[in-house]
Amino acid sequence: MSWEIQTIADRAAGATSMAEVGAYLVLGVVLGLAIVSLMGLILNYSERKICAHIQCRLGPMRVGFHGLLQPIADGVKLLFKEDISPRNADRLVYIMAPFISLLATFLIVVTVPFSPLVQIADLNIGVVYVAAVSGFGVLGVLLAGWSSNNKWSMMGAMRAGAQMVSYELSAVLALLTVVLLSQSLKLSEVVLSQEQGWWIFRAPVVGLVACVIFFVASCAEINRTPFDLAEGESELTAGFHTEYSGLRFALFFLAEFVNMFLVSAMLVTFFLGGWMPFHLGGLTGFNEVMDLLPPGIWFLGKVTVVVLLFMWVRWTFPRLRIDQVMNLEWKILLPIGFANLFLTSIVVLLDLYLF
Amino acid sequence: MIEVGSLKARMESTPGGLKTEEYFVNMGPQHPSTHGVLRLVLKMDGETVREVIPVLGYIHRSIEKIAEHLNGRQIVHLTDRMDYLSSAMNNWAVSLAVEEALQIELNPRIETIRTIVAELERIQSHLLWWGVLGIDLGAVTTFFYGFRDREMITDILEETTGARLTLNYIQPGGLMFDIHPHFVKRVKEVLAHLKIKICEYETLLSENVILQNRLRNVGILTSEKAISMGSTGPVLRGSGVALDLRKQKPYGVYGSVEFDVPVGSVGDSWDRYWVRVEEIRQSMRIIEQLIDNIPEGKFMVMKPAKKLTLPKKSYFGQVETARGILGVYIQGCEKEEPHRVHFRSPNFNNLWVITQIAPGGKMADLVATLSTLDLVIPDIDR
Amino acid sequence: MSEREATIFSLIQSCCSEVILNEGSGSFSIQVPSEKLVFVMEHLKKSESLAFVMLLDHLAVDWKEMGEFELVYQLYSFKLDQRIEVTTKIPRAIPNAHSVSRIWPIAEWQEREVYDLFGIYYINHPDLRRLFLEDDWKGFPLRKDYEDPFMLELVKE
Repeated sequence: MSWEIQTIADRAAGATSMAEVGAYLVLGVVLGLAIVSLMGLILNYSERKICAHIQCRLGPMRVGFHGLLQPIADGVKLLFKEDISPRNADRLVYIMAPFISLLATFLIVVTVPFSPLVQIADLNIGVVYVAAVSGFGVLGVLLAGWSSNNKWSMMGAMRAGAQMVSYELSAVLALLTVVLLSQSLKLSEVVLSQEQGWWIFRAPVVGLVACVIFFVASCAEINRTPFDLAEGESELTAGFHTEYSGLRFALFFLAEFVNMFLVSAMLVTFFLGGWMPFHLGGLTGFNEVMDLLPPGIWFLGKVTVVVLLFMWVRWTFPRLRIDQVMNLEWKILLPIGFANLFLTSIVVLLDLYLF
Repeated sequence: MIEVGSLKARMESTPGGLKTEEYFVNMGPQHPSTHGVLRLVLKMDGETVREVIPVLGYIHRSIEKIAEHLNGRQIVHLTDRMDYLSSAMNNWAVSLAVEEALQIELNPRIETIRTIVAELERIQSHLLWWGVLGIDLGAVTTFFYGFRDREMITDILEETTGARLTLNYIQPGGLMFDIHPHFVKRVKEVLAHLKIKICEYETLLSENVILQNRLRNVGILTSEKAISMGSTGPVLRGSGVALDLRKQKPYGVYGSVEFDVPVGSVGDSWDRYWVRVEEIRQSMRIIEQLIDNIPEGKFMVMKPAKKLTLPKKSYFGQVETARGILGVYIQGCEKEEPHRVHFRSPNFNNLWVITQIAPGGKMADLVATLSTLDLVIPDIDR
Repeated sequence: MSEREATIFSLIQSCCSEVILNEGSGSFSIQVPSEKLVFVMEHLKKSESLAFVMLLDHLAVDWKEMGEFELVYQLYSFKLDQRIEVTTKIPRAIPNAHSVSRIWPIAEWQEREVYDLFGIYYINHPDLRRLFLEDDWKGFPLRKDYEDPFMLELVKE
């Protein structure tokens, strides 16, 4: 089966009138915003529900059927809360920080290939763009901690800075292995390259190793347990967002949840075939059966599984210590990542794919 | 502009490398992991703790002064409010001192029920600690697991005593009430349930590699240090000193039951963790031996209206609570009200330990150590 | 007094003859003159045969009628598996005592507590400050003659 890729940016480029171009632009922006806010709501609700069930509780049950409207109620509550800023805070930076955090998330949403037909823009340096923009997220956290005029916030921000910057290395190294395998930096082509099988299965071992490294590194990048040192409730009270309240706090929260969706989407795109159905080499009959489900469903299904994995990890593990976090990155993940990259190049050179 | 060479020379001339600035942070009195209104002033160097200065008194109620105006039976009610997680054992300590003063002989039924209730309290206290330790280390789920099972024990205690936390059950001369008719049946149910759950806890938290890394070789308290600090209970036993009043000076019916005293070897946080989890098992063992044959008899050996006139002598009653040795010093003066009451609280001495073992570690180590010391702040301040 | 306690007592008396048995206590208790306190305490801890290495507790009792403070130390020896109570009396007018914090570090805190509540000044104490109460608190609440205008009065008939 041949897949026809058509992004919204492509459509805008192929438009005949300015009005059509404008319409596509608006569609792109609205779609991006809709994904960000919708994912925030859905993930907020599902995180609370899932953590509740892991902990033998029910979670939100009062607002709507099984608490379905709870995130909206919370959003309204946070909107109406007083927006406090500490006395000696750096006002401008303090106000800007949550927006910077959210901006980074929004910029990545743009490139996520949801299905062959649903993607806002398909950059031909997509991988580089994702790596570069995700580094932007740390800025929001750092500025928030710095400007709050609170030592706990400051400590949280410093931890977050050290940790996120370090783990970005491993994440990018893991992405590089996939770039080697798919021989393209374009996200849609990375997905298309997995038509014979997802990289996690098709590339012998190296795909799996890279996937695990990416999972751990992205877990650290989005500051979730066992790497939630930046917030570290029991140590730093609330870390970098101690002083934030109301809407600004909500923005941090939103960014955090959407980030979780995004790293899951990236993990799926690079290792689990993106929207590509489960294919096995030359088994045409099997592959055709798999193609019966539309690619969008495949994508969302896979993302759901990875998100659930993130949540499961979060609600099971204790937190690491800062020096252990750094040791894990610089002494374990990074060397393995480099070795893996080297092995991958051998795999690519000798064409050692499994199927 | 600084030249690179001179900067390098300056760095080398500074002992210990580049000089960093130390700063103070206030940990508490409202901090999630100080478990109450404890305030620690930390002198920090980056993430490293250089000095810990505890500041006490935020919940000081001067129980010792109030007790000078109450009689032996009334003091018991105040002790509930000290170490609220082992309230029955606190009651017991006062009762021991008063009974020694008045030379009251108890019947075996009272002694057996006291022991069972105290051990139930010990289990629920350790379960709470286990859950809270998880939260301190970032594993929130353990908190709910620990509380869920602890709830079953507090339900039993509530049925018999009418209270969940401040039991106020043991009083001089016996018990406040007889046990509830369902007591025996429900205790057995909980024991059967806990036996399975303890294994679940071990797989969830104890065997987790992150937990092991966080606790092993963190906050090492050598046995000599532990003794000179006067620490008792699981903190001391974690350091390898087998001091357990239940074995050393058996009160109640501890002398006639079989149980082991778990002892650590290194004295790090992991040993303290392990000792407490093992103590839950031992407490269950004690209850199992007693629950089937609670002797018949009265639950109170003296009339409730009897005047408790204390002779002009001092008495020191001590019991092993969930946190260590609780001593009650009562000085009588031929009146109902004692001349002086003093509580030797285990947490008071155990808190002192933190100032000695936390410096040099990371901030996160301090939290882990604090958590394995299992402090109850109202017991420190009294 | 059991046989073992008698031996321990004779061992203590051999180092300091002014030590007497304290009859006003329900447990094994000795009374030491205040100026000999540190010497006896040091002997109790360092002596091979006694080795009272643990200071369990320290408290004070206010005897207003006799004009004395009684200081009580609870010691424990692992070697003998024995608790001993050491008491000493100091005049109420000049409430000075020697600190034992150099022998047992924990005494630093316990003495601070007693200072806070009784106002007993420990000589050679490294850091004698209030422990529980505010630094500007007036008076020492656990003394029998302490009066607080805000304190509720007990109705005496």
